[in-house]
Amino acid sequence: MIRPLIALLVALCLAAPVAANPALEAVIADNLEGIEKPSRRTVEPLVSRIAATGPEGLELLSAWANRALGVTEDGRLLIVEGGTATDAVTGQPVPGADPKMLRPNSGVRGVIESALVAGEIASPDPARRAAALASIARDGTAEHLEALRTAAPEQEPALAAQRMRVTNLLAIRFDPDPAARVAAIEGMAGDVGLDFRAALNPLLATTRIAAPAEPQANIARELTVGDDDFPREAAIALLTTQGTLQPRLTPADQRNALAANIVDGAVGGIPVADLSDQAARDRAYEALEAAGTVSPAATEAEADAAIKAHRFFETYAEPNSDVTDAARAAQTRAQVRLAAMTGIDLGLDALSLASIYFLAAIGLAITFGVMRVINMAHGEFIMMGAYTGYAVQTMIANRTLSLAVALPLAFAVTFGAGVLLYRLVIRHLANRPLETLLATFGVSIALQQLAKNIFGTQARPLTAPAWLEGAITVNDVISISSIRVAIFVLALLFLGLFLFIMKRTRLGLEVRAVTQNPGMAASMGINPDRIAMMTFGLGSGIAGIAGVAIGLFAQVTSELGQQYIVQSFMTVVVGGVGTIWGTLAGAGLIGGLSKVIEFMNPANTLAAQTFMILFIIIFIQFRPRGIIPQRGRAAEA
Amino acid sequence: MSALLEVDSISVSFDGFKAINNLSFNIGEAELRAVIGPNGAGKTTFMDIVTGKTRPDSGDVKWGTPPKSLLRMNEAQIAREGVGRKFQRPTVFEDQTVAENLTMALKAGRNPFAVLGWRPSRASADRVADLASEVGLAAQVARKAGELSHGQKQWLEIGMLLAQEPRLLLVDEPAAGMTLAEREQTTALLVRLARTRAVVVVEHDMDFVRRLNCKVTVLHQGSVLAEGSLDHVTRNPDVIEVYLGR
Amino acid sequence: MTRQPFILRNPSILVVLALLAVFTVTVTALSQAYGSGTVPTSTVKVLGKTLCLALAAVAMDLVWGYLGILSLGQMAFFALGGYLIGQWLMYARTEGIVAASLAQNPIPPTPAELQEGVANQIFGVVGSSDLPLAWSFAHSLPLQLLLVLAVPGLLALAFGWLAFRSRVNGVYLSILTQAMTLALALWLFQNDSGFRGNNGLSGLQNIPGLEAVDQATLSVWFFWASALALALAYVLAAWVVSGKFGSVVRAIRDDETRVRFLGYPVEGFKLVVFTLAAMITAIAGALYYPQAGIINPAELMPIASIYLAVWVAIGGRGRLYGAIIGAVVVSLLSSWFTGGRAPSIHLPGYTVNWVDWWQVALGISFVLVTLFAPKGIAGIFDRLSGILPPQRHGRDLGPDQGALQEQEAKA
Repeated sequence: MIRPLIALLVALCLAAPVAANPALEAVIADNLEGIEKPSRRTVEPLVSRIAATGPEGLELLSAWANRALGVTEDGRLLIVEGGTATDAVTGQPVPGADPKMLRPNSGVRGVIESALVAGEIASPDPARRAAALASIARDGTAEHLEALRTAAPEQEPALAAQRMRVTNLLAIRFDPDPAARVAAIEGMAGDVGLDFRAALNPLLATTRIAAPAEPQANIARELTVGDDDFPREAAIALLTTQGTLQPRLTPADQRNALAANIVDGAVGGIPVADLSDQAARDRAYEALEAAGTVSPAATEAEADAAIKAHRFFETYAEPNSDVTDAARAAQTRAQVRLAAMTGIDLGLDALSLASIYFLAAIGLAITFGVMRVINMAHGEFIMMGAYTGYAVQTMIANRTLSLAVALPLAFAVTFGAGVLLYRLVIRHLANRPLETLLATFGVSIALQQLAKNIFGTQARPLTAPAWLEGAITVNDVISISSIRVAIFVLALLFLGLFLFIMKRTRLGLEVRAVTQNPGMAASMGINPDRIAMMTFGLGSGIAGIAGVAIGLFAQVTSELGQQYIVQSFMTVVVGGVGTIWGTLAGAGLIGGLSKVIEFMNPANTLAAQTFMILFIIIFIQFRPRGIIPQRGRAAEA
Repeated sequence: MSALLEVDSISVSFDGFKAINNLSFNIGEAELRAVIGPNGAGKTTFMDIVTGKTRPDSGDVKWGTPPKSLLRMNEAQIAREGVGRKFQRPTVFEDQTVAENLTMALKAGRNPFAVLGWRPSRASADRVADLASEVGLAAQVARKAGELSHGQKQWLEIGMLLAQEPRLLLVDEPAAGMTLAEREQTTALLVRLARTRAVVVVEHDMDFVRRLNCKVTVLHQGSVLAEGSLDHVTRNPDVIEVYLGR
Repeated sequence: MTRQPFILRNPSILVVLALLAVFTVTVTALSQAYGSGTVPTSTVKVLGKTLCLALAAVAMDLVWGYLGILSLGQMAFFALGGYLIGQWLMYARTEGIVAASLAQNPIPPTPAELQEGVANQIFGVVGSSDLPLAWSFAHSLPLQLLLVLAVPGLLALAFGWLAFRSRVNGVYLSILTQAMTLALALWLFQNDSGFRGNNGLSGLQNIPGLEAVDQATLSVWFFWASALALALAYVLAAWVVSGKFGSVVRAIRDDETRVRFLGYPVEGFKLVVFTLAAMITAIAGALYYPQAGIINPAELMPIASIYLAVWVAIGGRGRLYGAIIGAVVVSLLSSWFTGGRAPSIHLPGYTVNWVDWWQVALGISFVLVTLFAPKGIAGIFDRLSGILPPQRHGRDLGPDQGALQEQEAKA
């Protein structure tokens, strides 16, 4: 009974402003001028003094920064919030006041806010302390470092670690004592956070200078003229910017100078008509130089002499070499760890790409395995699946539900389309794989145009449910979007399902029999026609599922299938025909390879694809039957 | 007598199954040889290796004098060296006439530019006509090979082999699908051919082999089980066990 | 056996040449430049381009109909030919323009300045001002013409050597050729490949040195050139596929293993035909793009090559004139239907607009041709001349797959 009462009292005391804050009143009285017309340079001590006066001071600063502070004609400061004004010193409401509002500029507000943040670190509310730390981490100053160091020890472990980190980062940047900075750098070595790397970068920033002798500076290294990263031109440019060397003459300048000095159809005694030759131009310019008409330009010899007379250095802006050494060591360690993490991230990316290729190619692979037929319309089945997903979404608003409906529906639709294609076209073209390829191509262009006629040419969105929208982030480097994880899971699911069907069911047994020897299978009472139809439908159905999956992260257009079909072919060809493991290996190889090439040449995805295809063409040279070839005599026929 | 073909302890396995196991085999310049053996003895694989279709895992195949290895050559090079092969199933080019089939097989330059510049001559036309009548297809010269009967295709293929003028002829089950009269004709032809070149006949049919009246090599599980005259090998207890079971 | 000259043994050659001559004379007589003007210049260009496509189709037929390789990358050679001739057209024309503009300066330009100006003009659009290495010969028409033959020929030779050597065939090879053209297209799509990225080369209809000749006349000249190229290539192709060489090539199509055992170097034959076809296709491209005026990497996308295969299939493969018929009929029909000039069909409740539905109709008719008329339009001529192929719908007969004897099944 007693305790709540005390708590209530304390709360009241904190909430209800103390009748007066004499210290604050005194500061205000002394510095009213400074408060009314603050300047960024001089306001800092004043802000610290106000902050030191206690909660009222902080409240005043906060209002000041938010442009909610006004000054009355009698020199009182009022905090105006909503329609009501309260006295900043006493906290009493001042009805009917009409203060002149203060409008501090952004520089001043920055100073005030940083002072406020320092105060917030000590706030009893953990949420406010966390917010303060985050704010400092974003935009810290030397004052913050001081505040952090002097603040009372943090009790929350997470916040304590965070504060430790922020303090170290600030120390690296602002601590006047080199030893403390080195200690801070070493304390954080191995960290790969972006903020740590950002803190190290300015320490390691270098400038190039040319000097007759070794300068008194923190030298990173001496440069040799003619090295790959320091060609002669760079040395000349450096000397020119330092003013040591006259600017060299550019061809354009030379031409303009010559054009400006045409006398009687000649320049420096050389006829204009002859000036289509660089050597003639040089002679004309020298003649002008000799006559004093144009300013002399640096010659090769002068440039050489200047280069010879100088040594070239890369110097750190940071004067202390201990600090730069420590920073370099820390950066190297960070880079090594970063490379490893980038590798992991790349692996995840490759895995997700491989799952997509796997889903897109597996249908193609089984139909090719059973019937030796390439279905060029496979890409259009993928597209069909994606459009099915889109159509379902327009009817069912709930994204999760619509996805749950779309997946089986897409399977059903494309399964039906596949069976239809098989019955109408492919079975009539048995044993003529090239003609099947062309006939299915006819189906492909017809379906594409049909999709354009029905859904229009613009891209249709297929939105993922909210729970699939985020990304799983491990740290600054490693992250993977949830959709891609879901697709990976889907691919695993289908791998499992497929293995189950192939190894554990009657259908799978019959499919394997037909794949190995259709004639023998037929004589065992298996109907190869029915098996072919079923596998064709199954392969097409999976294409539909792949279409929904792809549609979730790509735009659904009538050309959707085309973007994946060639890669799917490659997957089948590289992996080897007739085995699910071959498709898996092919998808893994192609997915991994394209990510690696993309990583090595990130600016140019087109080049990456070119190299990729070239690699596949070369690869086929060495393993013409794919990574996991079909074995036995049947494969040789 | 120097050997034309010398197969020296070759082995080959498919997925762990040893189709040919340390097989050695010689044949002279003008010799007729029958190779017999139960199914899976490696008869066809043996031919595949000699003609370059399959590469052995170990061993060597030497050809002619001075001996050179056939293993470094591809099928076409081996064929140009003078190894002709008749397949079990007649394979002729169905879409082309008998004359075209025979013309293609005629001994002549094989590289693309030589073929492009090749023009039929009186001699080549006569040779085609001779070959056609030798294999009994004189009346069918202008017909497409696909229109011939099964037996006629067999004969056309033999005619094509003759046109190639090989030094070694590998014949895989020539009697399959032939009438009795055709078989007799075939045996006579093979025996006649063996006077001027080496002929290896792979056959199941003992009667057929008996009619050839030549040295016999029995293969079993990829290696030579017995070799000698037919009477000699049929008395061999190992051969009897393999053929009749125990 | 007496030998007649090969043209007499192949009367279809004379028929094709005669028809081509009649067509050329007719178009010339109706053109704006040399005749009544009934046929507008744009139509002359379309017809000239169609002849080039027919030329490419003849080459495709060599590769597919005779050699049995369904090359889905044939248009790569076509576009390469276009790019290589386009380099000279664009360089020489830009050089003229830049020289004219630099002549305004008080100081005459140096060769380096001239080249820099040209490079700036051509490559400014992709943010570069250096002349790429691939343009080293662009200033010279004879060299660039040589490259029109050499580059596609060498590409075909290199690709073919790699692919045939490892005995990739059938569907695998088709996919690989498709990959080849896709790789080339993607490479050309890059801005820094030196071929102006997806801008491609443009202004190719203006022939440097012939600025005084108007487009109406030029279009007829190109029409003649295309017709002449088609005639020559047709005779060359017909000569190649006749006689023993043709016999071997068709044998390779039907059973390449057997051909090997006859001692023929199959890979060599494939290479010769593939490379020859690539060079013919490149010539077709080099004649096509000056009439089209613009070329960009989209022309190399696999779909274009598949269309070429479609034309040959509809026309009738394994017949050189079939390829021409297919290319001419389908490409002219396509441009008529997609040009918006075909009348719409008004059905109750829906209007079939051919711009939207032509593609669907083409796709379906293509499936129908493959199913019911595997010999294509040329099959009609076979029927007229009394050759009745057995109708087996691809099924096996007798002891051999693909045996021609129909009656065996009836017994």
